[in-house]
Amino acid sequence: MSIIFFLIGCSILLALVFLGAFFWAQKSGQNDDLYTPSVRILLDDADEDVESKPKK
Amino acid sequence: MKESAIDGQTLCYHCGNECIEELHLVDAKAFCCQGCKSVYEVLEANNLCNYYNYNQHPGANRAIVDARFEYLDNQTIISDLVDYSDDKITIVSFYIPAIHCSSCIWLLEQLNRINPAIHYSRIDFLKKQVTIRFSNAEISLRQVVELLFNIGYEPLISLQDVIKKQDKSDKDNLVQKIAVAGFCFGNVMLLSFPEYFGLSGVEQTFRHFFGWLNVLFCLPVVFYSGTEYFSSAWNNLRNKVLNIDFPLALGIAVLFIRTVTEVYTRTGAGFGDTLCGLVFFLLIGKFVQRKTYHHISFERDYRSFFPVAVSVIESGAEVHIPLSQLQTGQRIIIRHNEIIPADAILLKGEALIDFSFVTGEANPVSKTLGEIIYAGGRQTGQAVEMEVIKPVSQSYLTQLWNNEAFSRKQGKGMEIFSQKVSKYFTIVLLIIAFSTLLYWLPEDYKKGLAAFTAVLIVACPCALALSTPFTMSAALSIFDKNFFYLKNTAIVEHLARINAIVLDKTGTITTGDNKTIRFEGALSGKEKQLIYSACINSSHPLSRMIYTFLKGIERLKTEEYTEVPGQGILAVIDGHYLRVGNSKLVFGRNEDETQLTRVHVLLDNVYLGYFAFTHQYRPGLENIGYLAPDYNLFLLSGDQDHEKYELLKFFKDQDAMRFNQSPQEKLNFINSLQRSGATVMMIGDGLNDAGALKQSDLGVALTDNVNNFSPGSDAILDGRSLIKLPVFLKFSKDAVRIIYLSFLISLTYNIIGLSYAVTGNLSPVVAAILMPLSTATIISFTSIATHVAAKRRKLI
Repeated sequence: MSIIFFLIGCSILLALVFLGAFFWAQKSGQNDDLYTPSVRILLDDADEDVESKPKK
Repeated sequence: MKESAIDGQTLCYHCGNECIEELHLVDAKAFCCQGCKSVYEVLEANNLCNYYNYNQHPGANRAIVDARFEYLDNQTIISDLVDYSDDKITIVSFYIPAIHCSSCIWLLEQLNRINPAIHYSRIDFLKKQVTIRFSNAEISLRQVVELLFNIGYEPLISLQDVIKKQDKSDKDNLVQKIAVAGFCFGNVMLLSFPEYFGLSGVEQTFRHFFGWLNVLFCLPVVFYSGTEYFSSAWNNLRNKVLNIDFPLALGIAVLFIRTVTEVYTRTGAGFGDTLCGLVFFLLIGKFVQRKTYHHISFERDYRSFFPVAVSVIESGAEVHIPLSQLQTGQRIIIRHNEIIPADAILLKGEALIDFSFVTGEANPVSKTLGEIIYAGGRQTGQAVEMEVIKPVSQSYLTQLWNNEAFSRKQGKGMEIFSQKVSKYFTIVLLIIAFSTLLYWLPEDYKKGLAAFTAVLIVACPCALALSTPFTMSAALSIFDKNFFYLKNTAIVEHLARINAIVLDKTGTITTGDNKTIRFEGALSGKEKQLIYSACINSSHPLSRMIYTFLKGIERLKTEEYTEVPGQGILAVIDGHYLRVGNSKLVFGRNEDETQLTRVHVLLDNVYLGYFAFTHQYRPGLENIGYLAPDYNLFLLSGDQDHEKYELLKFFKDQDAMRFNQSPQEKLNFINSLQRSGATVMMIGDGLNDAGALKQSDLGVALTDNVNNFSPGSDAILDGRSLIKLPVFLKFSKDAVRIIYLSFLISLTYNIIGLSYAVTGNLSPVVAAILMPLSTATIISFTSIATHVAAKRRKLI
């Protein structure tokens, strides 16, 4: 049964990694704007082929 | 706004407005004005016409364009505006009110296709902000702003935004704190289960191990996530206030100490999961309460209304200086549609000043040379030169902000219900806890201590602390759906306590363009055509109303045209001599302006009749009139009293209406109402109401477009929803009633818990069940009840 000591250690370590990931995401501003990306993904990329005349 | 072409109307391809005055055709697409057309041409030249594919008519109307960005060459202003700048690149963020659809996002993120010197542009849609990074060797800040302007997205650059930049660092990591508390809560619960379900003899070694792990997890919860409660309780104690944070902090501390002791002495499992759950739920409540509208500012004052820079004449040349550097004695140039930033004397040019924002007076006033013009007026017409006679902060208008009403701190002295209750709650809690201790002490001091701490744990007012935020935030989102935006959750309770309502007139119960027009007399088709052709030359609001009234006629050639400022139009059209204007112009004498505004028409010296303009009030004013017995209604107007008799049907009593009120008088009136014991709600729209809005217990700014300028206030109401005001008042009372009920529910839970606790037999399982259960009850009760109440009031 002492394997439980090891397993609990592993599970906590894993959980800490996820907590760390969340902190990193928060710090790097990934959660600052939760709306715009949902619109942005629906917009097409610029059609490169027509972009022939370089302006100003 | 119409969405598509109906019965032969031509809609502008860019902005979707009807093409009435002008019609420009490019590539078989119609444009209503030069501005819209030029935007299309810029986009067309850069292959960006996809813009028009995502949404129909995505643009904003550009009929009135007057933008001068020379001031953006001034180094002081640049350094105030940019977020970051080095010798290669500059990063700047702008607030752009015109952002409203996916086309906007698409176009503004394609800026580098128009100019490659812009490396990157990113939009935050909800904040209506664009962040731009550009290479400052190839393009200047001014050119970037001009580019934005040319594609129809003029950024709003105002003094206040410049100042706001410096003090926006009040981040307290609430989300991180919730994450830590939630993480620990989950783990501690998992580790506590074996204890609750019972451990067999072989597994006893785990008990100790799990106990210490729990203590380990409690450490960050208490010392990172929960610190705020301790500091807040301590600060309040020092100010001799007992607020709800005190019993909460006490509960957290007792939970922690008892858990550590029990684990250390191996007497029990401790209350680790209750502790983590408590802090977690409390922080969630805090998070819910903190609803913010990113795109609305409640804190605006005159600074966001005034320009960032002014044109000053210095030794013969025109230079742009930041407004803060403007001194008395300097000569300034004010162009068409610019705002006069400081009290000044008119030196050169014809001044026709629109004071609607300052005084509420609707029609522009003409001023003669040498006259003092007060700050806040907007010049309409040619450029004028003036000499500044008072610094910006001391002019007639801005002096209002020196009033003590503006220096007062938040809160306005109104105590919300939960604050009142928590005072008594804390006292009762302490009495029960200590009497339990005294009761057990002679018999068994261990049991006494156990009972004492158990009382503090179980009575910890978690559910109590959550009922207000959850009810209020639910109410807030209901208001939000009805275009009524409240600054914070406490305002709902203030709304419920109002007993006097003061309304401003111009802009609040009337709207500028909401007059109705009719012609007294008869007009033939030809006559209509002549009048239409004369009025279309003029930009005066009354002329605009006349030609929109007569719209759909072919325009005739104008042979001669003169506009007499403040009087009317003299024109020769198609060989006919036409006079359109007031009685001074048409009859050569003044008539007594009683109630109606009239525009007379004289054709070839034959009097045809007059256009009568009657005021139309916002729909819903009758509903507000019906509030009369329960609420005292008042009207404050900066305008003349010529609408007095029309308004009497809404306000019943002549004493309830005050005309010719200066901004300061409005403020004083509110103050005198408050001294007579009333709780006053002020509804206003302009800078002239700013003082009254601030002084009142609840200032509501009424606006037709929430992104436009509105003075500092506690709430912003969209003009369309004024009709719902009585319902809003009733609903706020419902919300307060829901809070009362949820307090009762949470007190019931506390009493059940206490009955266990005073005997000293509180087991960790009971606490661990009771706490989340009461929290869940409160959250679901408040959300459902608020929803039901809103449905009953037909708000959703």
